[in-house]
Amino acid sequence: MQAQRWIVSTLFLAALGAYPHFVPDFWIVSVGAYAIVLGIIALSLTFLAAYGGMISLAQMAIAGAAGYALAIFSLHSASGEVAVLPWPWAVAVAMIVGTGAGLLIGIVAVRSQGIYMLMSTLAIAMILFYLAQQNTTLLHGFDGFRGVAVPSVGGKSLRDPMLFYYLCLACGVLVYGLVIYLVHAPFGLVIQGVRDDPRRMASLGYRVAWHQVAAYGVAGFIAAVGGVLALWYHGGISPGSIGMTATVSVLIAAVIGGLGHPRGAFIGALTYVLIQTFAVDLVGNERFNTLIGLVFLVIVMMSPDGLTGLWRRIRGDQTGSGGVVVTPRQ
Amino acid sequence: MKLLLLATMNGVTLAALYFIVASGFTLIFGMMRVVNLAHGSLYLIGAYIGYDVASVTGYWFLALFGGAIGAALVGVAMQYFVLDRYQGQDLRQALVTIGLSLIAADLLLARYGGMTYQFEVPEFLYGSVPMPIVGGYPTFRLALIVFAIALYVGLWLLVQRTRFGIIIRAGVDDRQMLGAVGINLTRVSTLVFALGSALVGVAGVVGSSALSIAPGEDARYLLSSLVVVIVGGMGSIPGAAIGALLVGLAEQIGLAYFPTYSVVISFVIMVAVLAWRPYGLLGRPA
Amino acid sequence: MINRRLGRLALVAGVATAFSMSAFAQNTVRIGGLATLDGPFVVLGQEAFRAMELAFEEANYTAGGRKIEWIKESSDGRPDVALTKARKLIEQDKVDILIGPMSGGEGLAVKEYAKQVPNKTFVNGFSAAQETTLVSPAPNFFRFSTDGAQWQAGLGTYAYDVKGYRNVAVVSGDYSFGYTQVLGFMSEFCAKGGKVIEKIWVPNGTKDFSSSIARIPAKADAVYVMLGGADAVNFLTQYDQSGATQPLIAGSNVVDQTVLSAKGPFQRRLVGTPSAHMVADEIDTQAYRDYVAQYKKRFPNGLSSPSAPYYGYYVATKAVLAALNQVGGDVGGDQAKFRQALANVKLDTAYGPVRLDENRQAIANIYVTEVARRADGSLYNRPLKVIPNVNQTLGQPKDAFVARGVPSRDNPSCP
Repeated sequence: MQAQRWIVSTLFLAALGAYPHFVPDFWIVSVGAYAIVLGIIALSLTFLAAYGGMISLAQMAIAGAAGYALAIFSLHSASGEVAVLPWPWAVAVAMIVGTGAGLLIGIVAVRSQGIYMLMSTLAIAMILFYLAQQNTTLLHGFDGFRGVAVPSVGGKSLRDPMLFYYLCLACGVLVYGLVIYLVHAPFGLVIQGVRDDPRRMASLGYRVAWHQVAAYGVAGFIAAVGGVLALWYHGGISPGSIGMTATVSVLIAAVIGGLGHPRGAFIGALTYVLIQTFAVDLVGNERFNTLIGLVFLVIVMMSPDGLTGLWRRIRGDQTGSGGVVVTPRQ
Repeated sequence: MKLLLLATMNGVTLAALYFIVASGFTLIFGMMRVVNLAHGSLYLIGAYIGYDVASVTGYWFLALFGGAIGAALVGVAMQYFVLDRYQGQDLRQALVTIGLSLIAADLLLARYGGMTYQFEVPEFLYGSVPMPIVGGYPTFRLALIVFAIALYVGLWLLVQRTRFGIIIRAGVDDRQMLGAVGINLTRVSTLVFALGSALVGVAGVVGSSALSIAPGEDARYLLSSLVVVIVGGMGSIPGAAIGALLVGLAEQIGLAYFPTYSVVISFVIMVAVLAWRPYGLLGRPA
Repeated sequence: MINRRLGRLALVAGVATAFSMSAFAQNTVRIGGLATLDGPFVVLGQEAFRAMELAFEEANYTAGGRKIEWIKESSDGRPDVALTKARKLIEQDKVDILIGPMSGGEGLAVKEYAKQVPNKTFVNGFSAAQETTLVSPAPNFFRFSTDGAQWQAGLGTYAYDVKGYRNVAVVSGDYSFGYTQVLGFMSEFCAKGGKVIEKIWVPNGTKDFSSSIARIPAKADAVYVMLGGADAVNFLTQYDQSGATQPLIAGSNVVDQTVLSAKGPFQRRLVGTPSAHMVADEIDTQAYRDYVAQYKKRFPNGLSSPSAPYYGYYVATKAVLAALNQVGGDVGGDQAKFRQALANVKLDTAYGPVRLDENRQAIANIYVTEVARRADGSLYNRPLKVIPNVNQTLGQPKDAFVARGVPSRDNPSCP
């Protein structure tokens, strides 16, 4: 049983690795890599939802915070104002900023529960959005950063489609692995205990809020990874990258894929990217939002666990309760 | 001095508008614990339908009814066909209504286009009223205060002095018990939802007369309603009034004195309130 | 299980190949069009695509002896999305030339992308940020429409000389396009000796301008307003209702056709308001009359006269067609010949001649206008004066102009 799982997973990874050799450039980067990047950011949301029972709408903003930090310290079209750091240092700064933002936001967010936490994180995301839009000295206001230089690794620029794809794939596998590892480690078990019954965990002596904040920190780290990759993908960042539309798109991707398991984040992200890219060819430019809304609605209504839940049901497994979050089985 | 006075009046009148818009949301959440994130869409629907009614009949007052009825119909349909089956699942309802709002926004865009619409408000409501110190103040904004007060009083009377109000209050306290004593929950839920939606529909017409109808307004009013209702406490009408005042004043005074970051203020208030009093200023846990 | 996965991979590969094969042209030139059809800018986007459609129809979808295939994509005003769509057009749909985008921030993003695709040509649609061509321009990015600062040429002088305003308050959206337009106005107004005594910047997303209006000093002779679309309508209504009496000077977007065509009581405030733009209405030339007649005949559901975005995309498409004709439709290889031809295109449009400077930025006529009412009640921009051949540095020496820095909240300043 375990062995079969390992074989399947390895084959799947091999397929992902072979993918760029069979498809044109556009599919490598703008579908493949981009879906992975969005998937990583969605994973930060799914991680909190599935294992922490917490829905945070601030994840895109956290990814954006890391992106902005990286942009500030990178070479870009308006450089000259702030010091430019060699890219490994700039990335380190971005990761610290993203993780730190996750922790800080967590400290505030865990004071509420359920729908109130959703609202609180949404408000925080809006605050960050408006800060980015209004601050012209450091964050370049409405236009943001453009022409951000992308680093070169071993002489090859990350603009090279294959290299960028493999980088995203590696990062995706790493954060996915991190999540799976954490979930089975004591930390992860405590988090899931807190999700299921915080009072009992508290009575057992665990510091509930501390663990929840730490979970936000982990999610912040994952989102920061996504944010760094997203900055390099777009070659820039602006308030629009972290606004309402962007925030909702991460939620849509995570929910469509299924909030119960980490792979749902990537499945949902891929679905979202495919619809966004090719909806034009299906329903014409204009009604793309209706299509996305309908898909989202149908999935939320029919399958509490998104596409992964649907798949499971087709295969004959039992799904969990009727709630949105399903106890993961590994 | 003049600026402070103007900014304060602007804040109070804006608060009146926010209260009118948020009252429906808090009623529905308080009674039915439904998180209706398509609230902003209902606002827009009420506004557009009201606009159609006003264009056809030529009477602005009829638009108020048109908006109310239109939004109530859509709201009840939403509740009956979609939301009712997820009773008790906060998060699921939130997600479902997000999906509905995406679709609604796009369909409205398809039907009405991207142009901005403006209501032809009756003459006696348009223009400005001469006032000491500030010179003149827009009549319609003053009318908003009157309307909001009337609404508050009306709702208070409804909730405190009628049998229906007793049922609503009982439902807020303990929904299951209400069903156990023999009240037809479905019928009451539908009525409350209709009332809440009608309120938003009227708010759509009123708000669009003060400002305008355009795509994107749904998201804006949804956010502001959320802030107002959460700050005040979900399910509390007085809470909505207090929340509206806080937010309205903060926004306008902020815009007058430190405009660059004033847009952030209402969200900061919301986060601060949630961190300090997780159920809002006057709210209670379920 | 394994079969299913392999099957899925094969399906993906097959679909991908099918898509890429469908992208191989026979003997067609593929031209991509990028405009904002998403969200509130849909009216502008529709105008943009109308313009391209008409231009292609006039040429019978042929240029340089080859057929033209037109592929449309829509963005929502955000630079990230514009970039993604531009990538799709270039890499997936394999367009040879891309015409667009629509808004300022998108233009900056597409310009940067253009630098990564030196073998394709990008022609701006309507985006009007100054930096797109003035700062670090891309050798394959062409802009046949004028930028936001150019659009205000002549207005500052008119406000000072003809209207007699000496102290002006500015109410503008708090973002780069606002700064650019204000720069265009203040360049001339301040040079003449006028003073801008208060600058009131309104953050994007503000709906209720009443407290911004409250800040307008009583001393101001006039209020220069720079807001877009729905914001402009809101502002005008609230301004009217507040009982304020000071006359207005309008930035270009405030009196664009999309605002003038919106019905409402705010309209009476607009009549008599001076503005300036690359377009105007009711110009007394045959070329203009033909241009409008064509628009109205082809698009009976359109606006009451063609708007600025319409003109921007129209000129861009006409220029591309002209260059294609000149090189016999040769857009293969590095497109050097095509770009050479494009850089030398000189057009005679309904609004006057258009040619490019060394940064591939348009030099064209600007119209100082005044809002007037037609017999049927509709509003239009009556041209008062033509400022010919306005270049990107507004007639000033380039070094001095660039040295003053990018426009911002405090730059320029003349209190």
